[in-house]
Amino acid sequence: MTIALETRNLEKTFGGLRVTRDLSLKVEQGARHALIGPNGAGKTTVINQLTGVLKPNSGRILLEGQDITDLPVHKRVLRGLSRTFQINQLYPDLTPLETIGLAVSERLGHGGDWWRRMGTRGDVNGEIAELLTRFHLLDVMNEETVTLPYGKQRLLEIAVAIAAKPRVLLLDEPAAGVPESERHDILAVVGALPRDVTVLLIEHDMDLVFSFADRISVLVSGALLTEGPPEQVARDPQVKAVYLGEEAVNV
Amino acid sequence: MGAASDVGYHAQRQARWHYGEIAFWLIVLACGFVFPSRYLIMTDILRLALFTMSLDLILGYAGIVSLGHAAFFGVGAYAAGLLALHGIINEPVLALIVAGLAAMVLGFATSFLVIRGVDLTRLMVTLGIALLLEALAERFSNITGGTDGLQGIEMQPIFGQIPFDMFGKAGFFYSLAVLFVLFLFARRVVHSPFGLSLRAIKNNPLRAAAIGIPVNRRLIAIYTLAAFYAGIAGALFTQTTAIASLDVFAFERSADLMLVLVIGGTGYLYGGLIGAVVFRMLQELFSTITPQYWQFWIGLVLVVIVLVGRQRLHRWVLYVPNLIIRQVAGRKAVVAVPESDA
Repeated sequence: MTIALETRNLEKTFGGLRVTRDLSLKVEQGARHALIGPNGAGKTTVINQLTGVLKPNSGRILLEGQDITDLPVHKRVLRGLSRTFQINQLYPDLTPLETIGLAVSERLGHGGDWWRRMGTRGDVNGEIAELLTRFHLLDVMNEETVTLPYGKQRLLEIAVAIAAKPRVLLLDEPAAGVPESERHDILAVVGALPRDVTVLLIEHDMDLVFSFADRISVLVSGALLTEGPPEQVARDPQVKAVYLGEEAVNV
Repeated sequence: MGAASDVGYHAQRQARWHYGEIAFWLIVLACGFVFPSRYLIMTDILRLALFTMSLDLILGYAGIVSLGHAAFFGVGAYAAGLLALHGIINEPVLALIVAGLAAMVLGFATSFLVIRGVDLTRLMVTLGIALLLEALAERFSNITGGTDGLQGIEMQPIFGQIPFDMFGKAGFFYSLAVLFVLFLFARRVVHSPFGLSLRAIKNNPLRAAAIGIPVNRRLIAIYTLAAFYAGIAGALFTQTTAIASLDVFAFERSADLMLVLVIGGTGYLYGGLIGAVVFRMLQELFSTITPQYWQFWIGLVLVVIVLVGRQRLHRWVLYVPNLIIRQVAGRKAVVAVPESDA
């Protein structure tokens, strides 16, 4: 078995506060791995270190065996590590067509093209069309993102991450804030991600975690509490204690 | 595949020429024949339009604020002046390009300072660089002519064929040609994936990096290009007026520029052109009413635009202009104030 994404003894402090404590995590190739933990456990800080937004104080991060700890954000994306954001990070003035078009162009190395007009490359157009269709965005492709309903924006958020054709995808609470009526689309899209994409899911929603993940790591106060297959984690008394009063864990 | 060609069609929607745009340029060209007595002011407007387009490239598209854009204008102006004065390059078009390149080198060198930090840092850094250059130009008065400026510049004919005449006719059409060529180039660039990535960076730099855009490299590129444009505008100034003095670096020049762009609207290239026309006309109008205090009224207009009911102004006062602009630029391009000013 190969390891797609790995952290070794990751440490991060903000002032005197240790938000990531000696975290060593292994995500297997093709896994549906979930990282859970109560509020303030430092889940998003971990994501930010994995993607390069934050630099760890010490420790290493490896993507498919290669050390990426010192790479800037955009280079990690080109190596196949892509993410969605817990709070939508989109371009309010751009349309879904432009947003996805840009991501596809960057991946195919046409992003710096300053002479060729947008929309004149058949391969790029084909991929944009495919993504817009798959994420139910074809009908709104010319609307400015800021005017889209929240559920559509959430779909676009995931579509943009997928447009980078990641080998490892980090999903930061993909269903957060989505009304019940639009939730189904999101879950269907997440569930239909191809198996060759390794997924690390950060999630609060236990239903989603247990229906989706084949392995779960529990983060508490920045440190790894326990790790294992869903049934085992659900039975773990420590996990129950942590989640007591927060959410009932049931399989 | 139907959807793909559909996507291609819509992706190029903005890059297509609108009838309004063609009409706009025909009107500009017609002005050259309709108002033969006003070449000097019209040339001035064209220079200002080009200079403002340069600011629009960094502010309107990439979201980089600058209060020192006159630095590049000044370098272009002095470069063109020195080239002509010492007979280094006598042919105006070639000298123009060289002067633009000189400004471009400065733009590239200073871009590393400017892309760091947030808006306030950028304002201060750009302002500081312009002040530095102004002081340097004053210090090295043996080269720049100090407060007297460069004296006795004589321009040779364009391409060795068309001499600059005293009515400014050649200067006007020369400036118009330069503006139009550079506009075409800018138009092409902003509708490319590169141009789109600038808008993405302006919208959300965090996400831009997260889809693989090398943010800093893109910002350096557009800042350098904008410096080239500003340098060309400065060189045009020297070539068409045969003067280059310290005020090319003046703070007022950078500040006016921001004003012009705010009046004309950012992020659709025509803002600089429309803003320049409106700004100079307001200046003319106010200075005929109150020759001494015209700046008061300009100031008032600015305050009204930026502060007092900016939204309502956009909807009501600028209703007709926006109607025209929508024809010119399509989609959502309307007169607007940069978000960073808000």
